[in-house]
Amino acid sequence: MSGVRVLVGSRKGAFILSSDERRQAWDVSGPHFAGWEVYHLAGSPVDPDRLYASQSTSWFGQVIQRSDDGGQTWETMSNDFNYAGVPGTHQWYDGTPHPWEFARVWHLEPSLTDRETVYAGVEDAALFRSTDGAASWQEVRGLREQDSGSQWQPGAGGMCLHTIMLDPQHSDRIVVAISAAGVFRTDDGGTSWHPINKGLLSNGIPSPAAEVGHCVHKLAMHPSRPETLYMQKHWDVMRSDDGGDSWVEVSGNLPTDFGFPIGVHAHEPETVYVVPITSDSHHFPPDGKLRVYRSRTGGVDWEALTNGLPQEHCYVNVLRDALAVDSLPDCGIYFGTTGGQVYASTDSGDSWAPIVRDLPAVLSVEVQTLS
Amino acid sequence: MQSAATQRAVLDALELRYPALHGTLRDPGTGQRRAFVRFFACEEDLSNESPDTPLPAAVAEGKEPLLVVGAMAGG
Repeated sequence: MSGVRVLVGSRKGAFILSSDERRQAWDVSGPHFAGWEVYHLAGSPVDPDRLYASQSTSWFGQVIQRSDDGGQTWETMSNDFNYAGVPGTHQWYDGTPHPWEFARVWHLEPSLTDRETVYAGVEDAALFRSTDGAASWQEVRGLREQDSGSQWQPGAGGMCLHTIMLDPQHSDRIVVAISAAGVFRTDDGGTSWHPINKGLLSNGIPSPAAEVGHCVHKLAMHPSRPETLYMQKHWDVMRSDDGGDSWVEVSGNLPTDFGFPIGVHAHEPETVYVVPITSDSHHFPPDGKLRVYRSRTGGVDWEALTNGLPQEHCYVNVLRDALAVDSLPDCGIYFGTTGGQVYASTDSGDSWAPIVRDLPAVLSVEVQTLS
Repeated sequence: MQSAATQRAVLDALELRYPALHGTLRDPGTGQRRAFVRFFACEEDLSNESPDTPLPAAVAEGKEPLLVVGAMAGG
């Protein structure tokens, strides 16, 4: 029988939620790494029992954990993230030069083809790669060392590389997103990179259509269409149909186009999900109503999904890595909130039910589909 | 420990024995004490001492511990 394993990172530990393909009854495991912020957990597509976790606190810094049994036991791996060469400076919030300083790992992305290869997106923004199961890390230096690196500035949450998309059809293509620098792509396995932000407009920066400097919150892609990318930006939902070379706005009839996560239905490449929040200062849903919005047309036309979600007095947020989908025939959609709830839908979002209600603030949600 | 008892030597030995502690007490790049970690011994705060300053004799002789304490305040 098939099943799912939901990997939840929270402010005070990691949780693993498991169910069979019916996704009605859930086993809750955790908290793992209790007391620590777990920014992200990810499982290898090659070996679903191989999991990685980013565990960090301001007290004790960054720790990387690895499991080879689906999260039952964990082993501490390397936390040496050393910037290559002479790191130099990037821009600080006030535009002054600021040295590159490692803070934490925001996102882990296991290779699509190699069990031992995994990427890490970090703050201050850089991309690292391990080819030995996180026993060691090397910076993919071409990203940070391309021409615009010294101009990158942090967003309010820090200058983080939060999205890593590995193209399943072009093994040398990787797309990453950085808050608040923008989107970058390599077509040669990481040796060279270039910004792909044409069409983005950000009114809060000196040059709204600048090559870099855009606060991209999250990207999403359907594996069957790697040329089509979706973006939730600091204001605006965007779409590209040429691998990011150009972007168009698809916010359409959303009540607000500010938000963090974005996801694509596992079997419908034109079905996209976002969770709008009121504004950049009001990080909660409009009108106190928690609504996921779905477009079945790749954007522009959106419908509110509310069945089973609180429609009054709800002021939680859904962070950028806290929405995911499974690939069961009835695609499941999952998201976690800063209020500690993890919701699941087994009907593409038509209805929702909480898996758990009272976790610590959820930082990330990923889903493994198990056969 | 074969070398003189200093903060650096003690923490090096500790991390050798418990590799999972690497980078959690000292910044892995600079080797400096992490801001929310402090060192105490013999009722003295040694946090701002040079990591190569000899520890009190009582610590070197094993009569007193070197305390590594994480901050309790904060979220």
